[in-house]
Amino acid sequence: MRSITLSQAVNEAIAEEMRRDETVFLIGEDVAEAGTPFKVTSGLVEEFGTGRVIDTPIAEPGFTGLAVGAAMTGARPIVDLMFGDFLFLVMDQLCNQAAKAHYMSGGKLNVPMVLRTNLGATRRSAAQHSQSLHALVAHIPGLKVAMPSSAYEAKGLMKTAIRDNNPVVIFEDKLMYQDKAPVPEGEFLIPFGEANILREGRDVTLIGTSSMRQVCEAAAEMLAGDGISAEVIDPRTIVPLDEATILESVKKTSRAIVVDEGHQNFGTTAEIAARISEKAFYHLDAPVIRMGAMDVPVPFSPALEDLTVPTPEKVAETARRIVAGELIHAL
Amino acid sequence: MTAAPKQNAEDYLRMYRQMVKIRTFEDNANQLYLDAKMPGLTHMYSGEEAVAVGICEALEVTDKITSTHRGHGHCVAKGAAFKEMFCELLGKEEGYCRGKGGSMHIADQLNGNLGANAIVGGSMGIATGSALRAKMLGQSDVTVCFFGDGATAQGLMYEVMNMAALWKLPVIYACENNGYSEYTRTDEIAAGEITARADAFGIEAFRVDGQDVLAVNALTRDLVARCRKGDGPFFVELETYRYHGHHVGDISRTYYRSKEEEADWKANRDPITLFADWLVNEGVATKAELEALSEAIRAEAAEAVAYALEAPYPDGSEVSMHVYLEAS
Repeated sequence: MRSITLSQAVNEAIAEEMRRDETVFLIGEDVAEAGTPFKVTSGLVEEFGTGRVIDTPIAEPGFTGLAVGAAMTGARPIVDLMFGDFLFLVMDQLCNQAAKAHYMSGGKLNVPMVLRTNLGATRRSAAQHSQSLHALVAHIPGLKVAMPSSAYEAKGLMKTAIRDNNPVVIFEDKLMYQDKAPVPEGEFLIPFGEANILREGRDVTLIGTSSMRQVCEAAAEMLAGDGISAEVIDPRTIVPLDEATILESVKKTSRAIVVDEGHQNFGTTAEIAARISEKAFYHLDAPVIRMGAMDVPVPFSPALEDLTVPTPEKVAETARRIVAGELIHAL
Repeated sequence: MTAAPKQNAEDYLRMYRQMVKIRTFEDNANQLYLDAKMPGLTHMYSGEEAVAVGICEALEVTDKITSTHRGHGHCVAKGAAFKEMFCELLGKEEGYCRGKGGSMHIADQLNGNLGANAIVGGSMGIATGSALRAKMLGQSDVTVCFFGDGATAQGLMYEVMNMAALWKLPVIYACENNGYSEYTRTDEIAAGEITARADAFGIEAFRVDGQDVLAVNALTRDLVARCRKGDGPFFVELETYRYHGHHVGDISRTYYRSKEEEADWKANRDPITLFADWLVNEGVATKAELEALSEAIRAEAAEAVAYALEAPYPDGSEVSMHVYLEAS
């Protein structure tokens, strides 16, 4: 199978869906000729024209609001939000308008829009261009949240998102745009709410979202050298969350570490860990461990920034301690 | 009153009927609040009827509107029915939103009403996006964005008006200037002229007497026609007045406006009285005929209120319905 970059995968998904459905359009800052700062949408304006690949002023609430109205009246917009950090700018349109329209109208209205944005630190971009804010939107009923972990997921989840009848927020890891993975030539979709078991194991379950999947896979490889068998699960979407696959795995391994690049406090790791603790409590041999980003604004200096995110070494070390039965509460 | 754009009595009488329907709806809604029969609060449109009716009578059913927290008038004017509206106000299953939206969120998509919005200025993006969709997909409908003078302080308005002007979108921004931004005089919150905001983007802006339904209607018909030809967007400031407080519970309001001012508007600038006088003077209807029309509407409203009071609440199982739309 051919390998393509995550960036190419997203581009292909959007192009295929725009060919399939003339109501699909792309809107955001510098999405046309510039192809976004990450060059993810390059070439789309040449094929679909400026009527469907729409460059906007720097006005995130404005163009997100336009997308809500367009979606509500029969189009399927894809909003390009240049950095995940800008979610704070669009919260009213996304969370008060898009997320609630279907419910508030008793099912009369719906908002089939995609908001694609990014997450991920260690790009030396400091605190306003490095955040991973998916927990913020995952908290709001009415939104779905997808977190592709490779080019394959990026394509399959994007196509599903575009066809979904609800507002979907997709977070791509901005450090993975050039990472290649095998992606089939033909059409495929990845359904929401189906986690992917990447590696089977007996001793501990490592649950990793987005690029934390690779962190968990690398940690599992290290652990294998120590004779520890780790199972690795990528939820792929956190709303809806494939709780069954996660619980089934933890019931088998009796231990779980949840790894995610959002802040640890009140975060995605906390939600998944809580569900495991509630629903698989009697199967557990150790506390469920959260490993999120440190609860500090993301610092600029590489010497500091690298300390803030989970690494394979930290995940493997934590796994060794809980598998050894160490009292972990002081972590 | 200005010259009539519609040439037959039926159109005039429909406009009059719609205005009376709004006033009657609000009188009943207020009474439901006073009788403690309505959950929560509501924001009365009384006094502003000529705005909603003058504009919506210039629209086709396929044209869209977005509305505000003070939205009952827009809803009635765009064709909604009393029964489903009262049911919604009371949180009943047969309400437009199955009781999930209430007064501030009534949506009636079959009549082109994309919903009232409880965030001041919150629907400006939705209205402009609806117009973007129409232009992109080659559809001929026009969208009217209703908002108050208070919403002109919101940044979203400037973002979307900029894009609407850049892309010549078929949207009409209808600013209902009732003189008060919640509990504060508008001249205390809005610097400069309201219409100057549109001028800044090169959007053609108009100021019209919002108590004169024929003037509002004539202007809107012209702007809607121009929007359909691709000449949009437009901005209209409608000078009007709300008879009640910010909401039904805002009873003691002399700290921000005088009783004399309220009495003056009601006595001298009431949109329904002004239009009734015109209809009688022009020989379109007699006073008796207009009174009979009003009486019929009062009876219709009473019946709808009685129905809504007895109507069932939604079953508890509905609480988790409509969070997501799962069927294609």
